[in-house]
Amino acid sequence: MTDLLAKLPPDPLLERRRVVQLMSQKTQRARSLRSSLFLSLLVSALMVAIIPLFFVCAALVQRGFKVLSWGFLTQVPQQPTLMQQDTIGGVGNAIIGSLVVDGVAALVAVPLGIILGLYLSETQSRPATALRSITEIMTGLPSILLGVFAYVYIVLNMHAFTGLAGAMALALLMTPVITKAAETALRNVPRTLTEAGLALGARQSKVSLKVVLPVAAPGIVTGVLLALARAIGETAPLLLVMGASIQYEWNPLHPMSALPLMTFNYSSAAYDSQHAAAWGVAIVLVAIVLILNVVSRLVAAFMRRERH
Amino acid sequence: MISSKSVSGLNGHDFTRGVMPRVKSGRFYSYVLRGSAVLFAGVLVLFVWSIIQQSWPAWSHSGLSIITGTNWAPADSQFGALPLILATLITAGVALLFAVPIGIGTALTLNYIIPPRIASPLTVLVELLAAVPSVVYGLWGLNVLVPWMSTTIQPWLAGLTSGGWPFSGNAIGLGLVLASTVLSIMVLPTIVAISRDVIAVVPRDLIEGALSLGATRSQVLLKVVVPSAKIGLLGAVSLGAGRALGETVAVAMVIGSSPAMPHSLFSLGSTLASTIATQFIDSSPQQLAALGALAMILMFLTASVNAIARALVQRGVKG
Repeated sequence: MTDLLAKLPPDPLLERRRVVQLMSQKTQRARSLRSSLFLSLLVSALMVAIIPLFFVCAALVQRGFKVLSWGFLTQVPQQPTLMQQDTIGGVGNAIIGSLVVDGVAALVAVPLGIILGLYLSETQSRPATALRSITEIMTGLPSILLGVFAYVYIVLNMHAFTGLAGAMALALLMTPVITKAAETALRNVPRTLTEAGLALGARQSKVSLKVVLPVAAPGIVTGVLLALARAIGETAPLLLVMGASIQYEWNPLHPMSALPLMTFNYSSAAYDSQHAAAWGVAIVLVAIVLILNVVSRLVAAFMRRERH
Repeated sequence: MISSKSVSGLNGHDFTRGVMPRVKSGRFYSYVLRGSAVLFAGVLVLFVWSIIQQSWPAWSHSGLSIITGTNWAPADSQFGALPLILATLITAGVALLFAVPIGIGTALTLNYIIPPRIASPLTVLVELLAAVPSVVYGLWGLNVLVPWMSTTIQPWLAGLTSGGWPFSGNAIGLGLVLASTVLSIMVLPTIVAISRDVIAVVPRDLIEGALSLGATRSQVLLKVVVPSAKIGLLGAVSLGAGRALGETVAVAMVIGSSPAMPHSLFSLGSTLASTIATQFIDSSPQQLAALGALAMILMFLTASVNAIARALVQRGVKG
């Protein structure tokens, strides 16, 4: 029997497999070496991506903290002179300005964004699809274009630079972000809830407002906070329409200042004390944005825990 | 296949397709919803119209010479935006040159190489990179990167080509190189986020099939994951390009604001967006119209890039 097997020609399939195995053994070291080289290259790409964040944070802490004080946050700015180069006052006017402008923008954008989110999540018509893709393209447009928009319609009609014009530009910036978040959150609400409400005889409006909206609330809040964080740091549109104010200005129908505008203006100002102040404003700005981001993440995490 | 007719339910409504049967809805409610949609669509139309309106005098006065003209001198009523368009494209292009490999590499790392427990906090860090306001990047570029650029990076780059193109000219820190560097940091989070979404839908079967055939992990990534996510990755890159083309304040702070024709990567420049930002206040009506024309070029450029990007990403995510 064994004699017979030895005399037979080798099985071609087995022969092939043996050759493949031999070849792969020969190249295995090279291949695994190449693989680990490539993987370490990818990991270093991740390192390179994150490093700038640390550098920016380090620069902010190093240069910004020493400027911060209670007076810096509450006083109005003063123009340094050659004799008194270090009197820069504070940025209270910009804090109030940012508060008012972003508040007014949110007042417009939050309800509008949520209503549009409801509309897009409940309607499956062609206009709704078109509106959805247009809002998505909107989110990618440069914000400075919104400044031109606010300039043409508000500044030219009111014959004045106003906080309101800035607020409207920011509202148009925030609305698509909130709409997108609201639509996603509303669509993720289990369909059975809606159907149960409808089966009980409630109208669509009642089901949407009393059942779907509350369930989707955490997702919508997350979106609103992220939109707000984006709006607070936005400089370009405000540059075109807000003018400037060095007073405590609460009235959005007057020219106003805002935190990002202060940073921008101080960064190219004449005195060293003003450059330092730019970092002071920047650290305030980043702190606000970080807090909004962290809170929105906590809300999202909370939401996930509720679900499961 | 069951024909949809056989399972269609009450009143002929087809419940298999997940379309809501028509339910009595509050009339007021549906008016509010539709009214807001119409209102918002109207605002969007007005938005586009405002930019056309603002730029109209410039187009009717200078015509297409705005796009082809090479001399931007508002004081002499010369409005040729070609240098600005070129600077916009160059800075965005160079920024992508760095941001694309690093961004896609980061996305691959986060999704496939690092265990999820370490990857998720790192993802948060990358996302925070997007949260930093652009004016802060500008400030950082202006105060921290400029000295480093002019004393270290630029002399090194000039040494590479021994002072020839594209690294010729004075190394003063500000300019196209710095703007590109800052831009590449700013578009990175966008590219990473979208790439991750696109890579995540690559079918598990493909990857496991390749591994079972004896492919190494790098071969799986390079020959299976990246090719099958190709279209979506292209979309991610285009979205990044859209952001880079339109970024305003950070670029305005570090590019040196000079509307001259860029000769090398060391030259100062001015992009479409940064020119609008820095010249809009204190402009004559004529110059305002020319800036409106810049806004319109910018809108056209970014809207088309974004539309293409969205289509690609959607195709990529659907697979």
